[in-house]
Amino acid sequence: MNNSVGNTARLLGAGLRALLVLTIVCGVIYPLVVTGIAQVAFSDKANGSEIKSGGKVVGSELIGQTYNLPKKDPNNADEAAQPDLKWFQPRPSNGLGTNTLNTQYQLIISGATNLSGDNEKLIKQVKDAKDAVVKDNSTAGYQVNPADVPADAVTSSGSGLDPQISPAYAKIQVHRVAERNHLDVKQVEKLVTDNTSGRILGFMGEPGVSVLKLNIALKELTQK
Amino acid sequence: MSPVLAGVLQFLALAVALGLAYRPLGDYMARVYSSDKHLRVEKWIYKAIGANPSTEMRWPAYLRGVLAFSAVSVLFLYLMQRLQGSLPGSLGFVSIPADQAFNTAASFVANTNWQSYSGEQAMGHVVQTGGLAVQNFVSAAVGIAVAVALVRGFARSRTGELGNFWSDLVRGTVRILLPISVIGAVVLVACGAIQNFSGIHEVGQFMGGSQQWNGGAVASQEAIKELGTNGGGYFNANSAHPFENPNGFTNLFEIFLILVIPFALTRTFGKMVGSVKQGYAILATMVTIWVGFTALMMWTEFHHGGPAFDIAGGAMEGKENRFGVGGSSIFAVATTLTSTGAVDAFHSSFTGFGGGITMLGMQLGEIAPGGTGSGLYGMLIMAIIAVFIAGLMVGRTPEYLGKKIGTREIKFAACYILVTPALVLIFTAIAMAMPSTLTSMTNSGAHGFSEVLYAYSSGANNNGSAFAGLNANTPWFNTSIGLAMLLGRFVPMVFVLALAGSLAEQKPIPATAGTLRTEKPLFTGLLVGTVMIVAGLTYFPALALGPLAEGLAS
Repeated sequence: MNNSVGNTARLLGAGLRALLVLTIVCGVIYPLVVTGIAQVAFSDKANGSEIKSGGKVVGSELIGQTYNLPKKDPNNADEAAQPDLKWFQPRPSNGLGTNTLNTQYQLIISGATNLSGDNEKLIKQVKDAKDAVVKDNSTAGYQVNPADVPADAVTSSGSGLDPQISPAYAKIQVHRVAERNHLDVKQVEKLVTDNTSGRILGFMGEPGVSVLKLNIALKELTQK
Repeated sequence: MSPVLAGVLQFLALAVALGLAYRPLGDYMARVYSSDKHLRVEKWIYKAIGANPSTEMRWPAYLRGVLAFSAVSVLFLYLMQRLQGSLPGSLGFVSIPADQAFNTAASFVANTNWQSYSGEQAMGHVVQTGGLAVQNFVSAAVGIAVAVALVRGFARSRTGELGNFWSDLVRGTVRILLPISVIGAVVLVACGAIQNFSGIHEVGQFMGGSQQWNGGAVASQEAIKELGTNGGGYFNANSAHPFENPNGFTNLFEIFLILVIPFALTRTFGKMVGSVKQGYAILATMVTIWVGFTALMMWTEFHHGGPAFDIAGGAMEGKENRFGVGGSSIFAVATTLTSTGAVDAFHSSFTGFGGGITMLGMQLGEIAPGGTGSGLYGMLIMAIIAVFIAGLMVGRTPEYLGKKIGTREIKFAACYILVTPALVLIFTAIAMAMPSTLTSMTNSGAHGFSEVLYAYSSGANNNGSAFAGLNANTPWFNTSIGLAMLLGRFVPMVFVLALAGSLAEQKPIPATAGTLRTEKPLFTGLLVGTVMIVAGLTYFPALALGPLAEGLAS
């Protein structure tokens, strides 16, 4: 009996030593080496691909933002955000959360709605989003056809931080953005084309328009 | 180019890349586990462990090594989380509560990476990088070690010796997982994944004000998370988060990392048993299921059945624009046919049938190609069942790779395939009987049931993905899923190693005219059928209540 207790203790000791050594190798040396290479060779990307506009950092190329009007009452948490239609609008992000733990911070918690295709709540969200896209983007001289509204315009992404919209959704917004900014439709169309990225090597991923880059370019154009 | 064509081309490119890596990586791994030489750094590690890497172990000793190392790992990771509030380098994050810390420790040690926490608000640098990411390496290495021990059982005769666990663990980590991870992590950073040790900091926004960001060693964790078929995200959104998976190329690259070792291990197996054709037959089985599942997934997701998707005009809920439906479908199948569980799109918002395909993938036992190591040993167990069935048909004692599949062997194999279905179905039944489960569900009806069935399928099969509408951060779910993960990982390993020991003791029997040729397409067909029938018979009633009901209604 004593012998087997001793053997078990020896074995657990070996296991612990193995874990500690491998923690140093995989949990200290490995991440430090990768961080070293990353910070030397790709420091911009390793630190979040930040973009500047007018000399100030305005976010990351990779992280989606909202472009909403200021709240009428900043202290009212229930007030629904209204989109600032002067700017191109991103996809909905109904799955995003705020942190419930460690509330000394105000972190954005990435995430999806996880609603199923037959969920009444999702059906309503999609319907409402579609109505809003048609209403917001129709101008005096341009009527949005509901059939032209692409799926990404009315659904929330997986992360809630999707930096892109589809070229089709950008196209629908062109007339509205041109009108609100007193620009020519052609000028705005060109901005969209300039900020559209195709599939990598022609087949990887999907074409997309970076909303942040597009709005930065739009801002520069209106301030000229 | 239509999105469907782009999806197909992405799949083909992935298949070609995996094909190119297959031989060199498979042969390399066979050399790693057959060589007598120790690298200098390995000798240093063995000295620190106090183990002699050249001592041969019989199966009970090998198993004791696996269990001792894993038990210590669970305890260590548990304590790390419980003490997070006092550990430096933790961003001031508080300690994790006991039930969630147990769940997370069990999850990462069992190669599952089920997460009932949100990474960005719960885990600081030290726990993420020094605790969770370390288990991403070693739990994968343990899986490969057990698979290699089983292969040695087939390859060796009249001995009972299966190799040395410490040596297999260290070699897998140092010679296979680490070098590929370094390359993978650098590629990911070059494409935009972050890699820093910043604290939580403010970044300006376009409309004014600022947002708060986490820093972190994300790329280094992302690489091993995929390569080791772990799947635990640095962020809550996992590989849908742009900092983990920035573009269409990284998406394919991450899928490649998920699949490369499990597929190549069939080559390693072929090499070690002295017939690469035997490895090809196993590979062909895995590829058949993988291609079939991916085709079905693409069909149902592009077809987008479901009321909300009909109105939207596409199943883009929970999917990122940069991956689209094609890239998300390929990822979802790869992650659930292996024990990965990383997601680049949220399975709960897939179509009814799409969600069913992810669930069935896990319920097959994750063997096409399966987790690192666990996929190979799972498929070899199914191969034993298949030769047994074939033997029954012709009334001969079944044999596989020159070893007789007698009563003892078939008992071990049968026990193996009973463990996870029993855990999944019993825990699901208990959870559904509890009134409190209803409050954890986001969706109701068939999809609500699917959330619970998915959770236990994922836990017991060590996948870790979720129908994430389920709020699993309750004492019941944390504890029961934690137990399902541990039992679903280590009880099957007991049977695998016992089987390996029994095979290694046998003397080889020469092949005769009556021997079933297990390297031929006929056997591959039989094996595919066996896999589908065993899982189908086990899970069909449960699937009919969940995803099938939802899919047929839409």
